[in-house]
Amino acid sequence: MSTVSLKVEFSGGLELLFNNQRQIKLDLPAQVPSDSQTVVAAGGQADASEGRPADVRYLIHWLKDNRLKERPELFVENGTVRPGILVLINDTDWELEGEEEYVLENGDDIVFISTLHGG
Amino acid sequence: MPPKLCQLCNETRAVLKRPKTGQHICRECFYYVFETEIHNTIMEANLFSPGDRVAIGASGGKDSTVLAYVMKVLNERYNYGLDLHLLSIDEGIRGYRDDSLETVKRNQQQYDMPLKILSYEELYGWSMDRIVEQVGRKNNCTFCGVFRRQALDRGAANIGVDHILTGHNADDIAETVLMNIMRGDIARLGRCTLITTQGEDTIKRSKPFKYVYEKEIVMYAYFKKLDYFSTECIYSPDAYRGHARTFLKDLEASRPSAIIDIIHSGEAFEVRQEVKAKAKAQTTCKRCGYMSSNELCKACSLLEGLERGMGGLAVVRGRCRGLDVAEMKQKDR
Ligand SMILES: [Zn+2]
Ligand SMILES: [Zn+2]
Repeated sequence: MSTVSLKVEFSGGLELLFNNQRQIKLDLPAQVPSDSQTVVAAGGQADASEGRPADVRYLIHWLKDNRLKERPELFVENGTVRPGILVLINDTDWELEGEEEYVLENGDDIVFISTLHGG
Repeated sequence: MPPKLCQLCNETRAVLKRPKTGQHICRECFYYVFETEIHNTIMEANLFSPGDRVAIGASGGKDSTVLAYVMKVLNERYNYGLDLHLLSIDEGIRGYRDDSLETVKRNQQQYDMPLKILSYEELYGWSMDRIVEQVGRKNNCTFCGVFRRQALDRGAANIGVDHILTGHNADDIAETVLMNIMRGDIARLGRCTLITTQGEDTIKRSKPFKYVYEKEIVMYAYFKKLDYFSTECIYSPDAYRGHARTFLKDLEASRPSAIIDIIHSGEAFEVRQEVKAKAKAQTTCKRCGYMSSNELCKACSLLEGLERGMGGLAVVRGRCRGLDVAEMKQKDR
């Protein structure tokens, strides 16, 4: 089964929700179930026959289910990142890249930055 | 999908969608419009005169770090002729402020500006850690807010500066407008949107980022790789403010102009409030000598409450500190 390798970075205080890790590398299945179920997919045995390509929406679910250590409500809301969290895809504002619909490619660099922490 | 080109220069790939305008812009054009808009805000409000000594209230967080960087850039680019300083307050919160002060100390080197740090401990005889031990976590933001405000003024007087710049951005101001509406505090509603205020003292405070969206500040810091510190204050959050912030971010997600629209609503209250603020009689605090509209300034009335809970020793100690501050201020005049 083919996979996509990603680099994911957290900053602006978000890293605190991810065990103080600022950067992680991970491999996601290239095809994922259409309901975004990540628990099975993380084990690599999902039935991909009726899936869709892995996108940022799936990555957010996957991070929440597999890497997030505390207070999930500070990261996700209504199936996407909480308002006030900026996302960059290969150093470009995700709002220019289709946001959650962006289909992940091998080697992509995804950055999540919280703007909600003090100035 | 071909890369989207910048809608300003039509040459380079766009990397950012501006929340204010919806435009897709490239990195260089973003730097240009971000810095130029702040310059325009400064010029329109006539914030400075050549030779002014100005302090940037520096917390080590994103807003004040970007503010220090941009002020340095603009001061050089447009020859403002400003003598810029960094002014930081050490609230005495272990594991939070000590780390962020390290960031400020690096900024001092990076931006080549003199840095002054004042602590609650030296000004008031109480660190926030000790205040929280005493009052618990419920009202500690009240203490911190009052103390910080006065501490910045005193720090400014101490380094001979009569103008403090703070990193409050458009999102912060819109949030404060909402808070004031939710609290029914109409007196503060207009005032909180003013670009410059002059409080109980003679020291001016200005917000050059008044119209700058938080998203752009964070993106600017990210692209420029500015060194800032981001952690929630361990004694925070002020739950009510948290609700206002969440509400605002939800509004912004569905209509980005909501932030500026709310600021404009607040500004509509501005004029009448100015009159009211000036009409208020001023006196000096009988304990510390700081300008106040009551017998005791806000910081001293909080301190008296704290000390009553602590017994006689602390009162004496606090009084001495208060006197020191009064003397210090007089020397600086
Ligand atoms: Zn451009
Ligand atoms: Zn006083």
